[in-house]
Amino acid sequence: MAHAAAPPDAAPAVATHESPAGTLGVYTQKLGMWVFLTSEVMFFTALIGSYIILRWGSATEWPDPTKTLAIGITALNTFILICSSVSMVKAYAAAVHDDQSGLKRWLLTTVVAGATFVGIQFVEYRNLLHEGFTPSSGLFGSTFYAMTGFHGFHVTCGVIAMAYVTLRAFRGKYAGGKYEGIETIGLYWHFVDLVWIILFTIVYLI
Amino acid sequence: MPAAEHKHPNYIAIWIYLALLTALELTVALLHFLPRNWLVIALLFLAVWKALLVALYFMHLKFEPRRLVVTIMAPLPLAVILVLAVLREYAK
Repeated sequence: MAHAAAPPDAAPAVATHESPAGTLGVYTQKLGMWVFLTSEVMFFTALIGSYIILRWGSATEWPDPTKTLAIGITALNTFILICSSVSMVKAYAAAVHDDQSGLKRWLLTTVVAGATFVGIQFVEYRNLLHEGFTPSSGLFGSTFYAMTGFHGFHVTCGVIAMAYVTLRAFRGKYAGGKYEGIETIGLYWHFVDLVWIILFTIVYLI
Repeated sequence: MPAAEHKHPNYIAIWIYLALLTALELTVALLHFLPRNWLVIALLFLAVWKALLVALYFMHLKFEPRRLVVTIMAPLPLAVILVLAVLREYAK
């Protein structure tokens, strides 16, 4: 009872669980997530491409983002998202080693950090709108809200998905070294962090 | 077997690495000691460096089968072509 019985398909004659023939050497959920993420690369590239056209093709002077936007609080938010990526890989490592208490602790940390990111972005939006910087305040306003808004939407989806995964972890669904669900949602989470690293530089610093 | 298959790099070291690069980015962006063009190049270089660390170590690309890596790298040249094409057209 203490250890989950080996799944029926893990017979010694079969290659390892992770390298079934015909799936590029990874299990199906992981491959599916990677294919989705490659399409997301093009989605965000389209936004960045549009930003370049609108910014450098703009006839009027572009405002200095480091003066218009609150860099300090956003830098803090960037750091929070990086921390949440670390807690996510810690959760994955805990799942691989069947450390259930560690898995729950690190997943909860990730959910809280992700929700904090969304909360800080909400406050940032509220302050900017209050100062009169809205999506209608010219090209900079509309591109800023489009890029950070789509990213914030991705983080929000990630937090909801992560909350669901955490709930499942508390119900023991990942016991016995079943790490696949954790790794798959983790890939999405790290991708959202990666996109923010690029967007923070392009939208806020340059 | 699973423990041997899953390589865990030192995640805390990567975290400190990312934090230091973020601090460097802010220093470069806010202190304005570089000419504008060099500032943009330096900031983009640091961002790509950080993104690579996340992809290689947190997303475990460094430890994935080469076939998977080649497959998912497919959109990257397209993304670079799109960005370079619009930059060539519009950047002054």
